[in-house]
Amino acid sequence: MLGIFLIGTLIISSLLFFNKNKWVNYSLVGLFVVILWIFGIYEYQHQNLTQFIFFKSDSLGLLLLLALCFIAAPVLFHAFRYIEAHNVDETPHSRGLFFAAMVLLIAACCAAYLSNHIAVTWFFVEITTLSASALIYHHRNIRALEGVWKYVFICAISITFIYIGILFLSLALKGAGVEDMSFDSIREHYDKLNLFWLKLSFLFIFTGFTAKLGLVPMYTAGIDAKDKAPAPAGALLASGLMNLGFIGIYRMYAVMAHTPLHSWANTVIVIAALLSVFVATVYMTRIKNIKRMFAYSGIEHMGLVMLGLAAGGIGVYAAILHIVLHTLIKPALFLQFNQVYWVFQSKSIYDVGNYFKYNKTGAIVVFLGFLSATGMPPSGLFISEFMIFQSLFQAHYILILLGVMLLLTMIIWGFGSNIFKLLFTPPISIDESKIPHISPWESLTQYILLATSVYLAYNPPAGFVTLIQDAVKLIQ
Amino acid sequence: MTDILLIALAMSLLYMSIANRLYTYLRILILQGIILFGATYLTLTNLNIINLLLIMLETIVFKAFAVPWFMNYIIKRNKITREAEPYLPNFVSLIIVTMIIVSAIILSSSIKDQNLDKTFFVVALSMLFTGLYMIVSRKKIITHVIGYLVIENGVFVLSLAVGNEMPMLVNLGIMLDIFASVLILGIFFNKIGDVINDPDVNILSHLKD
Repeated sequence: MLGIFLIGTLIISSLLFFNKNKWVNYSLVGLFVVILWIFGIYEYQHQNLTQFIFFKSDSLGLLLLLALCFIAAPVLFHAFRYIEAHNVDETPHSRGLFFAAMVLLIAACCAAYLSNHIAVTWFFVEITTLSASALIYHHRNIRALEGVWKYVFICAISITFIYIGILFLSLALKGAGVEDMSFDSIREHYDKLNLFWLKLSFLFIFTGFTAKLGLVPMYTAGIDAKDKAPAPAGALLASGLMNLGFIGIYRMYAVMAHTPLHSWANTVIVIAALLSVFVATVYMTRIKNIKRMFAYSGIEHMGLVMLGLAAGGIGVYAAILHIVLHTLIKPALFLQFNQVYWVFQSKSIYDVGNYFKYNKTGAIVVFLGFLSATGMPPSGLFISEFMIFQSLFQAHYILILLGVMLLLTMIIWGFGSNIFKLLFTPPISIDESKIPHISPWESLTQYILLATSVYLAYNPPAGFVTLIQDAVKLIQ
Repeated sequence: MTDILLIALAMSLLYMSIANRLYTYLRILILQGIILFGATYLTLTNLNIINLLLIMLETIVFKAFAVPWFMNYIIKRNKITREAEPYLPNFVSLIIVTMIIVSAIILSSSIKDQNLDKTFFVVALSMLFTGLYMIVSRKKIITHVIGYLVIENGVFVLSLAVGNEMPMLVNLGIMLDIFASVLILGIFFNKIGDVINDPDVNILSHLKD
């Protein structure tokens, strides 16, 4: 099935690229969504099935795959709306390239989730960089160029780092006489690995994947990318692509967790996570660009996820739950941003205001999205954040816990003051006659995404819990 | 013989640290490509002939000719000034690169592992950090790319060290090479000339908070 999916994707994306007819393009995108869903359901029904030697539908990969399947339809629908309504100077070529890159990005993420071999994961990470850069450069102006240049350059360095990590990993395996570099095989031989090389390898692989995950030190590229890419693409970059970084780090961490280097790896992760939450706080309290604010909120959440992972215990469960819920919530905010832009024609917080007056349904989404992203009840993230705090407490990281809570309070203040300005304060100058009418239906998918996140957190289906528990078993 | 080539590679880094003109950088890149070509032939003795030929072809074609030639074309087409414009004086650069090499030697002497030839490790590490240093200490975008290519060459040296047992990793390195060259140079650097005329890094510094 994976083969059919990948070949199908390749055919669809090349057809999208060459075809000039609008309706053919849209039907191809629709066809892709159908194939993606069939693929997701098939993989769910055939758990732990090894395909093409290098791929295995294990629980963690499946969770993220299903989450991506779930958000793919709304994201592609809004991409369609974006191309239709927003951008007047769209050509058939730019439209085709945009959708082809979207399709390729989603498929590469899916394949990377299921990959059971570090080199294969690495290869698909390369593909995501390639397709994401086409999305970021969609507007073809100098700021988009700057965004894409920074993204490409930092990602190129990051994949080089991952590659160096793979080389060191091979040295660690060489001493053990292991030739197979699949994650399963590495985990099986964890007691024979050379710890010095393993340490170096983890350091490089972790640093490399932070570019995708959005952690200190390489988070910067992702921020510019999400800012300059069209909002539907930004939604994908802020969810599916970040999860790709998570899965890379998680699989490597699962090896480290069985070796004597476990506590050392925890220290590395905690430092990176704390710095990330700190950086997110610094920027979110003074940021004036709404889209970048959403992007920094992602940095904060990834910091929390990593803290949960390092704390261990219930924290690992919470980290996976958190990342799945974040995958649903962040796209809702990004997709809603399109409508904000249609109303105010600006990303700056200085130009917006009184959004409740101009677009009620949209304003409610923004408000609920704000509650969800800051982890206030009834948000689903409240549950996972609470569990992460609990695990930090149990792991005796009391000072870290206090520090993080203080930083989160500041983030809520910064995030809140901007969101309430957007929703309630009258804008300084606005020509109300130019504001387009926005149909409430445009916000439907965002409501569904936010509601699903609440449902999954407060009343998780048994299958969902089992998948997370299986994924946790990789570490504990 | 391999050792001599690797040491020559390390020496090219010292030369790079004091080079003033962009063309000198390109020549050093060509030299590094040719040295890597030789090192590949001498090191990867256990590989099957087709794979070895493929790898050697890649080093000579991509590293030694295509990429430097393309950069030369870009420098001419975009009328980039020939000066490298470092933030620091050359003498300081020389000292820093020397320090990098010395610390790589000290670091590697602390490793007790029979599985790795230390010369490879020292040279690879020096190239990696020199590349990073070049990126942060030079002003132009094109010198950033050159710094990145030096990092890539360093990584390639490291992959040669494990290449005999795991040829797949060397092939992966080649893929990285081609991917990055195509992405950074092929698709992209062309565009910088179209949208802006002065490829100075200062122009691309407006995205911030």
